[in-house]
Amino acid sequence: MLDLSFEPPKPKVIAGAKYDWELVIGMEVHAQVASEAKLFSGASTKFGAEPNSNVAFVDAAMPGMLPVINEYCVEQAVRTGLGLKAEINLKSAFDRKNYFYPDLPQGYQISQLYHPIVGEGEVIVDMEPGIARLVRIERIHIEQDAGKSIHDMDPNMSFVDLNRTGVALMEIVSRPDIRGPEEAAAYVSKLRQILRYLGTCDGNMQNGNLRADVNVSVCRPGQYEKYQETQDFSHLGTRCEIKNMNSMRFIQQAIDYEAKRQIAILEAGGSIDQETRLYDPDKGETRSMRSKEEAHDYRYFPDPDLLPLEIEQAWVDDIAASLPELPDEKKARFVKDFGLSEYDASVLTAEVANAAFFEKVAAEAGDGKLAANWVINELFGRLKKEGHDITESPVSPAQLAGIVRLIKSDAISGKIAKDLFEIVYTEGGDPEQIVDERGMKQVTDTGAIETAVDEIIAANPAQVEKAKQNPKLAGWFVGQVMKATGGKANPKAVNEIVAKKLAE
Amino acid sequence: MSIDTDTAARVAKLARIRVEDDQLPALAQEFSNILEFIEQLNEVDVDGVEPMVSVTPMRLKRRQDGVTDGNQQEKVLSNAPDAREGFFAVPKVVE
Repeated sequence: MLDLSFEPPKPKVIAGAKYDWELVIGMEVHAQVASEAKLFSGASTKFGAEPNSNVAFVDAAMPGMLPVINEYCVEQAVRTGLGLKAEINLKSAFDRKNYFYPDLPQGYQISQLYHPIVGEGEVIVDMEPGIARLVRIERIHIEQDAGKSIHDMDPNMSFVDLNRTGVALMEIVSRPDIRGPEEAAAYVSKLRQILRYLGTCDGNMQNGNLRADVNVSVCRPGQYEKYQETQDFSHLGTRCEIKNMNSMRFIQQAIDYEAKRQIAILEAGGSIDQETRLYDPDKGETRSMRSKEEAHDYRYFPDPDLLPLEIEQAWVDDIAASLPELPDEKKARFVKDFGLSEYDASVLTAEVANAAFFEKVAAEAGDGKLAANWVINELFGRLKKEGHDITESPVSPAQLAGIVRLIKSDAISGKIAKDLFEIVYTEGGDPEQIVDERGMKQVTDTGAIETAVDEIIAANPAQVEKAKQNPKLAGWFVGQVMKATGGKANPKAVNEIVAKKLAE
Repeated sequence: MSIDTDTAARVAKLARIRVEDDQLPALAQEFSNILEFIEQLNEVDVDGVEPMVSVTPMRLKRRQDGVTDGNQQEKVLSNAPDAREGFFAVPKVVE
C-alpha cells in the first residue's frame, strides 16, 4: 500500500500563571447514518419535515410496539469500521440506557454499551504536509438518536418533535490522543471526510448530522507520555465532557475556554470535578450541567426486545471489497502518480467529487501537475468566488483538459489561457475551436516576432539608447511587443529576440 | 446484599415511581429478596457456558431500508395531554 510518512505534531502548550500545561482530548462523534428509514422503524429520516410526521408508533413508544433493525444501518456501521481500519465484531448486542426526558418517549435509548459492533481502529489526522496525529479509535457503536425539544416557542411550555427520534447514529469514540484545539477540529474534519468518502454519513454539521462530545483535561508536560507508556489514566488530569457541538469553530473555542478554566482552578490549588458541561457560543464559555448529574444513573441492561446482532464474515468481506479508495490512499497515489505536492494532493482529495474531476482532467490532458494547477487555482478559485461546488461547474473535465493541452503544447500562452478559461467558463464551447476561431494562438514564428520587435525598436530610438545603458529596461520592449501582438507572442521567444536586437 | 431504604428511594426516583415513605422499608426488603435470589444463582459455575438468549435458535430479524411508516401526525399526537402546532407540548424543561 502507498503511504506518506509523517511525524507527530508538538502538543499545544498553554502557559498558566505559574506553570506550563498541556491538553489531553478524547472525542465522541455522533454521525447520523445516511439511511432512508430509521434504525428500528420504517419512518423516514428526512430533515425538515412537518413536526411529528416522520414518526412510527415504535418511535413514539406506543405500548406493544417492537423494534426491528434496519440492516442497511448495520451495513453502514460495518463499512465505517472498515474505513477506519477497525476490527468488526461479528457478534454485538443492544443495551438500554435509561433516563427520562420528554424527547425520549421510550424512557431509554437503545445503544450498545457492552458489545459494540466495531472495535479498535485509527484515523490519521493531517495537520500540515508531513505532520499528522495518529488518533486511535476505541470503538464504534450503533444507537438511536433522541427527538428535538424547542424551548423558545412558549414562555411556559417546551415543544417536542419526535421526527429525529430513533434515527440511527454511529457513535465513534476516540482514545485521548488529541493534543490541542486545532487537532480536535482537524480530527472531526478528517472523520467527516472519511465518512463522506464511504457514503455512510453526509457529514452535514449544520443539520446536526455530525456532532461531537469533547472530553478535555489538562496535565503538566511529561504526564501524557507516562500515560501513553502505561495506558494508566491516573497520570492524566480529571476530565470534563463538553456536550453536543456541531461546529468546528465552537469545538476549538470551547476547548480553549475549558483548558483555561481548568488551569485557573488547578493553579489556585483547587481540583476539577468530573462533570458534563455545555458550551455557550454567545458568551464564549462552558457551563456546568450539574443539575442533571444526579439523574445520570443510566442503569444499562441488555435490551430484551432484541436478540444479539450476529453478522457473517462473508458479508463483512463483501462490504470490504466494495470500499472506495479512501482519502489517505488517494492522496498518496496523487503524490506518487502525478508528482503533486502533498499540499495540492490534500486540496484535491478533500472531497471525493473534486478528486474524481481532477483525475478526469489529468487523464485527458496527459499532465497531472499542470491539470492540478488549473483545477486548484483557476477552477476552484472561480467556483469559490461564485459560491458553487464542483457539481455545479460550468466547465467540464474535458473542456479543462482541452485548455491544459493547449498550454502544454505551447499553442497558447499562460495569459491567453486565462482569457480562454474565462470564455469557456462563461460562454462554454470547445477550447481548441475557440482558440482557432478567435485567433488566440501563440505566435512562435520568430520571423513575425522579429518584425514586431524591429518595428518597436525603430519607433523608439530614445528608449533603445537607455536600454543599452541599462539592460533592465529591455522589459519595456517585451511589454510593447506583447501589446502589439495582442498577448499572443510567445514570451520566451520575445525575450530572446529583444535581448538579441538590443545588443546589436 | 441488602438494600436500605435510601437506595430504594433512589431507585424509585430514577424510575419516576412515587413511593410513600412508610412503604419504603417493604420495598427495600423486596429488592433485597430479589438480589439474594440472584446471589444464589451466582453460585452456579457457568465458566465457559455461552449465555442463552433464546430457547429457539433464532436470528435477529432484519428490515430493508425503506420508508414504510410515518405520516400520521394526528394519530401520534392523539393521546398527548397537550399538543400544539404539530408538537407535543410539555411543561417547560430547560437545562
